[in-house]
Amino acid sequence: MNMMEIKNFSFTYAKASKPSLKNINLPIKKNQITALIGPSGCGKSTLLRSLNRIHDLYPGNKYEGEILLYNPQTNEYENILELKKENEFINLRQRVGMIFQKPTPFPMSIFDNVAYGLRLNGIKNKSELETRVEEALKGAALWNEVKDRLKASAMGLSGGQQQRLCIARAVALKPEILLFDEPTSALDPISTGAIEQLVAELKKDVTIAIVTHNMQQASRLSDYTAFMYMGELIEYNKTEKIFLNPDEKLTEDYITGRFG
Amino acid sequence: MSGKLFKNFSFFSATISLILLIAIFTTLYYYASDAINTFGFWDFITGTQWEAGEDDEGGIFGGAIPIVGSLLTTAIAMIIALPLALGIAIFLTEIAHEKLIKPVSIAIELLAAIPSIIYGMWGLFYLAPLVQKYFGGAGIGLFSAGVVLAIMIIPFIASITKDAMNTTPNVLKESAYAMGATKFEVIKDVVIPYAKTGIIGSIILALGRALGETMAVAFLLGSVMKFPKNLFDTTTSIPVILANTFSEAEDLELSALFYLALILFALSFIIISLAKFYFLRNKEER
Repeated sequence: MNMMEIKNFSFTYAKASKPSLKNINLPIKKNQITALIGPSGCGKSTLLRSLNRIHDLYPGNKYEGEILLYNPQTNEYENILELKKENEFINLRQRVGMIFQKPTPFPMSIFDNVAYGLRLNGIKNKSELETRVEEALKGAALWNEVKDRLKASAMGLSGGQQQRLCIARAVALKPEILLFDEPTSALDPISTGAIEQLVAELKKDVTIAIVTHNMQQASRLSDYTAFMYMGELIEYNKTEKIFLNPDEKLTEDYITGRFG
Repeated sequence: MSGKLFKNFSFFSATISLILLIAIFTTLYYYASDAINTFGFWDFITGTQWEAGEDDEGGIFGGAIPIVGSLLTTAIAMIIALPLALGIAIFLTEIAHEKLIKPVSIAIELLAAIPSIIYGMWGLFYLAPLVQKYFGGAGIGLFSAGVVLAIMIIPFIASITKDAMNTTPNVLKESAYAMGATKFEVIKDVVIPYAKTGIIGSIILALGRALGETMAVAFLLGSVMKFPKNLFDTTTSIPVILANTFSEAEDLELSALFYLALILFALSFIIISLAKFYFLRNKEER
């Protein structure tokens, strides 16, 4: 089942004359990991950032086509490109969480970081907050490392811990989809391994889309892979098929390292 | 040869400021020593009388009124300036349209370039009558002086705070938005905490400026040697009493004025040191 369906989607940045994404058609399957790969500037991050409409923080960008998001409550698909009001965006971003390239802990305690989104959601009850924070930190495999210093500043954690904290922060909101924008590019191999393991475990609860530069990561982690080049989707298929027997010559050249 | 000359010249330039600082402090202390010996520290800062003896011999001098006047005008100025300056900084970093940012920033910085005597004249001829019309009293007094001081320090706080807020990484703000935060929540929870040290530093710098301001306050505070009875009453402050009394004072009164100057010097010095401390810490954290 598709959690998201991207249909004939094009995207143009403000003041740009040409679109950065051209006519993309791509499903994001439920409880699967979809990897977006391609050389720098191919538009994979731009596409990912369209899925929670974070682009809208900067005025003047242009969307065309449809991005349909499945709503489990109504059993229907909604076109997220039609959203206009601030509270609609807030709702969307709580359903579609995002993890960034660099860890981005807020300048507050570990507990407050994870509780941040919950508090925004209006949860004030202390014991409920504590339960949800613990749950989220366990879900992000961070609980054992921080349970004794929840009141300490999040800035004191290592890079890998900070990134898992950001995942916990996103997981705490129980999103339907999590978007990862090169989540391990600023981390060492051991922290990267921990994050990859975590992402693999998360997929039983949440649908995942991940942008990565690292092709081993895409092949290890993902169920489906989309290869993008110069703003276009070249090929989308099961990950094994893409990596073992791609249909397109361009895909093969990229994954065998002939360019990129 | 020229290299050595240049080195010596720059060494001389660097040391001269330090020497001047020490020289000014020593001079103040030297001329104030008479009053220090006569009144001590505690009696001087709590004394409310300022009376010269007969034939300008002796007399009783206490600094409580100008010290309180200085602290009160500064406090009023800060209370008015801080929210406005924060508002300006938030507007310029997070809300204003791109095309508006530059002209408004320049206008704010130009405010800092206006000589203080012009603020004083504007305050006396425009603001004071306005205050008199709406609040009664003499028009001049604590409130008018505080308002003019506030206008003078707003550019300091606003521009330093703006720069501090601008250093908030975009990705940090984006990750708050990505959790469903509104613009207000992002400013409150991410931008202001991130810029906190810069904001505190700017406040302390502004405090130093407000404490030492002479001309604008001299026009507007009334320079009357008494405690103010209310917000709109006249009083005096350390720089004002120095400017007004200095040319006629002799002997012990002159020494008492130097004592006041020493106290102002120490206050400003402490405040600026605190600001530097904050800025340095701020830099190390990055």
